[in-house]
Amino acid sequence: MTVILGQTFTGISIGAVLLLIALGLSLTFGQMNVINMAHGEFIMAGAYTTYVLQKSISSAGISLIVALPVAFLVSGALGALLEWLLIRRLYLRPLDTLLVTWGVSLMLQQLARDIFGAPNVQTRAPDVLTGNITVMGGDDPLTFANSRLFILGLAVAAVLALSLTLRLTPLGRRIRAVVQNRDLAEVSGISTSRVDRTAFFLGSGLAGVAGVALTLVGPIGPTMGTNVIIDAFLVIVVGGIGQLKGTVIVAFVLGVLQSVLEYSTTVSVAKVLVLVAIVAFLQWRPQGLYTLRTRSLV
Amino acid sequence: MNVLKGRSARVWTGFAGAAVLLFAVAPVALSDFRLGLLAKYLCMAMVAVGICLAWGRGGLLTLGQGVFFGLGGYAMAMHLKIADAGPGNLPDFMQLYGTATELPWWWRPFANPLFAIAATVLLPMVVAALLGLFVFRRRVKGAYFAILSQALASAFAIWLVGQQATTGGTNGLTDIQGFFGYALDDPVNQRMVYFVIAAALLLLIALARQLVNSRYGELLVAVRDSEERVRFLGYDPANVKLVAYVVAAGMAGLAGALFVPAVGIISPALIGIVPSIEFVIGAAVGGRASLVGAVLGAVAVAWAKTALSEEFPAAWTYFQGLLFIVALAFLPGGLASLTKFVRRRRTAPAKASVVPVGEAA
Repeated sequence: MTVILGQTFTGISIGAVLLLIALGLSLTFGQMNVINMAHGEFIMAGAYTTYVLQKSISSAGISLIVALPVAFLVSGALGALLEWLLIRRLYLRPLDTLLVTWGVSLMLQQLARDIFGAPNVQTRAPDVLTGNITVMGGDDPLTFANSRLFILGLAVAAVLALSLTLRLTPLGRRIRAVVQNRDLAEVSGISTSRVDRTAFFLGSGLAGVAGVALTLVGPIGPTMGTNVIIDAFLVIVVGGIGQLKGTVIVAFVLGVLQSVLEYSTTVSVAKVLVLVAIVAFLQWRPQGLYTLRTRSLV
Repeated sequence: MNVLKGRSARVWTGFAGAAVLLFAVAPVALSDFRLGLLAKYLCMAMVAVGICLAWGRGGLLTLGQGVFFGLGGYAMAMHLKIADAGPGNLPDFMQLYGTATELPWWWRPFANPLFAIAATVLLPMVVAALLGLFVFRRRVKGAYFAILSQALASAFAIWLVGQQATTGGTNGLTDIQGFFGYALDDPVNQRMVYFVIAAALLLLIALARQLVNSRYGELLVAVRDSEERVRFLGYDPANVKLVAYVVAAGMAGLAGALFVPAVGIISPALIGIVPSIEFVIGAAVGGRASLVGAVLGAVAVAWAKTALSEEFPAAWTYFQGLLFIVALAFLPGGLASLTKFVRRRRTAPAKASVVPVGEAA
């Protein structure tokens, strides 16, 4: 029983990390149809921001709290810059955005290598987050790592913030309007190019927040983005393009699936099996878990 | 008719010129070391021929060619390792780890040279057919397909690393000595390997040209540009795409198989996400829709990588990124479209030049 609960919690915490990583993508890929391969490097930028801040602020707790908004701004600014420099020229060629932004990601990785060195670096977690909470005592206690719980909380907060922004604020209304009908939005007086850039800023900023969270569970290095980005894309594809609800559900389902398969096989076999499960799922729902009903032929 | 004649004459001259360059000029002009490098680049070019077919003509951006390259490479390397070890012996790395006492069951068929050679091409084709059937039948396309193919490359590399005792893990299969009875450290035999690779490349280009110029080739472009119309005309776009994808996989498999004797190693680092995208770079920079462009682009990019990355590894990565950005954002037809681009600019400066390359929306 403890084993099952423990594995489920591990799965949920993997899912929370996945969700944080995929959340920004659900805005830039899902809503705007831009496949940003540099998203992983924006995550890396958030992680290195945390590292730099910790060097200048002695208290690990304060630096982590400061890192969240700063990383959001740093990664968001990078995203807005990328949108302005390259992506706005490519909105009609989504597949090319994938390859162009991969070129950007290569350059950002090398930049990180030149600034911080090729070896991985590490941050200290605040004392509050280093311990465990024991949920069930007895001979076989069930413990949850505090850092994992913090990431879960952060993921929930980020989803709420994004979903409320999209639903309730004027900016959110403008983003949805542009996504649903760009031309109509434009003639209604919405500056679509400005909305594009703001949406990109938000999505990339969320990558920065994910980067802060990742410093709690692993080392920080120039290639850390590449390692997580594929999983995040798979979450969006399975969840359904542009569907926040789908992203949330699928992130947790894939997290638990990965954790259970890892327990019964090995990490590498589990990766392959998850991919097989995804392809099988797409047989059943090729457009993902949730889809907007359209009159298109596919 | 005259136009056609002129065109086919030009193609034949080009083909003959390439053959002279590859078979007569290069072996004389280049040192053994350089010729070995060229053999490696030509393997990259073979993958690019497949990418030109699948992506340039068919609009299928496949970011997982590394998988097929790897399947071909591992199939060949497994046979060569078994042959090196001699009858009854285990390949050296298996003895090293000491975990395997006998050859794993899935290694055994590769002891047979004919099975191994067939597997280098057929294994990738079967895997591509399976994935393609599942993906294209359900009309998963565009970005979805690109991401799935990339995930496949990632999963395959991770799986290979995880199975250290039977696949050599991160190191891969290294230190391959012989090639069907010929010692690979002999420069004469290395030269023969080069000739085999050059001949295979020319063969693949000829094959791809035939496909592109056939009715099927027209259908493939039609599917890329307007899948629905092709469907309404009574064809099944899934089958059309499947053929291009499977052929491209077979070509990558053959390239992987010939890469092994040329370089003497196959490892997960050669087939994961990054190399899979690098295969696409060459084709994209040269011109994804043009066979000659894709082949020359692949060779040029691979050559530039060797030339620059040894001396300035950091500079090369920046350059590679920049090359990709410029080639795709500003010149989507690649260098092959440069002349067209310039000509169009000169004749109609006011009109934005849009190069018609595939993007099945």
